[in-house]
Amino acid sequence: MEGLIIPLNHVLILASLLFATGLAGLMFRRNVIFILMSLEVMLNSAGLAFVAAGTAWAQADGQVMFMLILAVAAAEVSVGLGLVLQVHKRFKTLDMDQAHKLNG
Amino acid sequence: MLQNIWLIPLFPFVSSVLLILTAGQLPRRLIAIMGAGSVGLSALVVLAVGMQFMESQTPYTLTLWVWMQIGNFAPGFSFYVDQLTVVMMSVITGVGFLIHLYSTEFMDDDSDYSRYFAYMNMFVAAMLILVLADNLLLLYLGWEGVGVCSYLLVGFWYKDPVNGAASRKAFVITRVGDTAMALGLFLLFTELGTLQIQPMLDAANSRWVTGDTIPAIAALLLLGGAVGKSAQLPLHTWLPDAMAGPTPVSALIHAATMVTAGVYLIARTHGLFLLAPDVLMLVALVGLFTLLLAAFTALNQTDIKRILAYSTISQIGYMFLALGVGAWSAGIFHLMTHAFFKALLFLGAGAVVHCLHHEQNIFKMGGLRTKLPVVFWSFLIGSAALAALPFTSGFFSKDQILLSAFELHGSTGISTWVGPWLWAGGLVGAIVTAIYSFRLVFIVFYGEAKTEPDRQPGWRMAGPLSLLCVLSLIGGYFVLPLESVFPAAAEHHVSHLIEGISISIPLIGVFIAWLVYYKRSLPVEGFTESGFGKALRNFWYSGWAMDKLYDTLLVNPYTGTANAMRGEWLDKIYHGVVSLCQGLHALLSKSQGGKMRWYATSMVFGLIVLVTLVGWAS
Repeated sequence: MEGLIIPLNHVLILASLLFATGLAGLMFRRNVIFILMSLEVMLNSAGLAFVAAGTAWAQADGQVMFMLILAVAAAEVSVGLGLVLQVHKRFKTLDMDQAHKLNG
Repeated sequence: MLQNIWLIPLFPFVSSVLLILTAGQLPRRLIAIMGAGSVGLSALVVLAVGMQFMESQTPYTLTLWVWMQIGNFAPGFSFYVDQLTVVMMSVITGVGFLIHLYSTEFMDDDSDYSRYFAYMNMFVAAMLILVLADNLLLLYLGWEGVGVCSYLLVGFWYKDPVNGAASRKAFVITRVGDTAMALGLFLLFTELGTLQIQPMLDAANSRWVTGDTIPAIAALLLLGGAVGKSAQLPLHTWLPDAMAGPTPVSALIHAATMVTAGVYLIARTHGLFLLAPDVLMLVALVGLFTLLLAAFTALNQTDIKRILAYSTISQIGYMFLALGVGAWSAGIFHLMTHAFFKALLFLGAGAVVHCLHHEQNIFKMGGLRTKLPVVFWSFLIGSAALAALPFTSGFFSKDQILLSAFELHGSTGISTWVGPWLWAGGLVGAIVTAIYSFRLVFIVFYGEAKTEPDRQPGWRMAGPLSLLCVLSLIGGYFVLPLESVFPAAAEHHVSHLIEGISISIPLIGVFIAWLVYYKRSLPVEGFTESGFGKALRNFWYSGWAMDKLYDTLLVNPYTGTANAMRGEWLDKIYHGVVSLCQGLHALLSKSQGGKMRWYATSMVFGLIVLVTLVGWAS
């Protein structure tokens, strides 16, 4: 192990901050594109935590999980963008608060 | 042929079941052929059975199967044929077929063609079971069957709530009588151990003597059923409202067949009634009061069908009078002739209503004599028979009834003083009958035209009308072979004066109607517009305020109590549960606002709360 070693805690704090940023974006943003971006940020923060943990314990599992998260994120974005197109077509807006037809 | 009598109720029953199962998917032509044809086939079988029966003349019993077996009680699904049954079956299938044929045209505009014929055929089947039954339980099955079909057909045009109310009224009021009749059956069974009519009557005769209490109670209970079904005092108020149904229904059910079931029941169990002379006298009095009350009411009605309804009540009153004075065959004879001429009148009224855009008020008609000639002649002949003008069918039957009443013999065998009074009451009824029936003719068919007919009856309506015209004219010459069923009627030895009075009374009535409603030379308006006259007229118009009486005495207290009970505490608990569920539901459905960000935020906060709790706990 050469060079500067970043402590695990620091990485986890960074990941938490990223996650909180994403979550805040999900909760407070109304534009659906930004909501999708916030989701990406949250997924990647989880991925970062996995990679850091895997490195800290010298195990490959963290990397494997990160690959899985990448695949999930890619699938999610393709489906999500498809939905965004449909929402735009139907409601002529990207504001998710306007698209509340499914109310009880 | 006699072993094939089961075919008679089977044809209409099968047709009805098929029509119900196909739910109106069949072509109209086929529905008409099935509906009318099945009754026609039954009529043919009745004809064949009747022919053969005239030769053998011995009662015949056919047991199809044992209906149920409970201890000693094993009523069979079995039919009993004697002369009375043959007469009743001929009326039901014969008149029934003509009315079905007429209906195929009358109901042509109706979208529920199939449902109509399904109910009508079911009615005919139930009515045939009623008259064929050899035990009182099977008779009761037919009795209730016709009640249900009557309910369904009165409320046939169910989209109007008024019709629904009328059918409920008919059902509930007849149910009062039916309950009495059921109690009568229980009493007879516990006392005599059988419900088979002939053995039961024999057992009653050997067990009790005339004047005993138990046969009187049993007869009284059976009379209750008969009074309900035949719309006699005090249970007659349902029949005028039952006119809400289609007119052929009124002709078949509420004039020719079902309402005479009570007369049939008393005639069938006459052995029991003979053991209770007091009840028999009550039958006569019920008949007399009903016929007077209904006749005076008919005199004031303005709706063509209600006039005929009250007239039916009045004529059945005559039949009850006949039964009450022991003139059994005269009663059944009047039942038959009444079926002919009243079916004719109802079908004629139906044709008038059909051709005049559903107008039923007689004062908006007029001058139809030349415009609807077929209907005019039918109505004239029907009214003549109803008024008992000489040589029409109604004359012979009504004359027999009145003469039997005049010569009423008490239980000691000598004429009683009641007889002439019954006779006089019957005569008053007869004169009023003549007035109201010709009032109808003069107002509807003479005078100036007020509504133009927009069509003429076709052959399927005109044909049955003409046949019924013939029957109403010659029906009086039929000789019913009822001697072996009923005790022999006494020969009438009355003076020429009495005979003359019975012949002239209807003529006087027609003359009065002619003076008042055609010539308008009798100033009756002066009387009817005066204070007393107006009050009397309104009183008679409302049917002697019987409906109002029942409303005040029974209906309003009942609905009032029901409404008062609505708010009691047990109900409040259940209402509380209901409101709680509704409140929770409203709350939960508010949280489902369809806003995605709100869902996400709630999830986050829920997660935070959960994690915090878990952290605390560990």
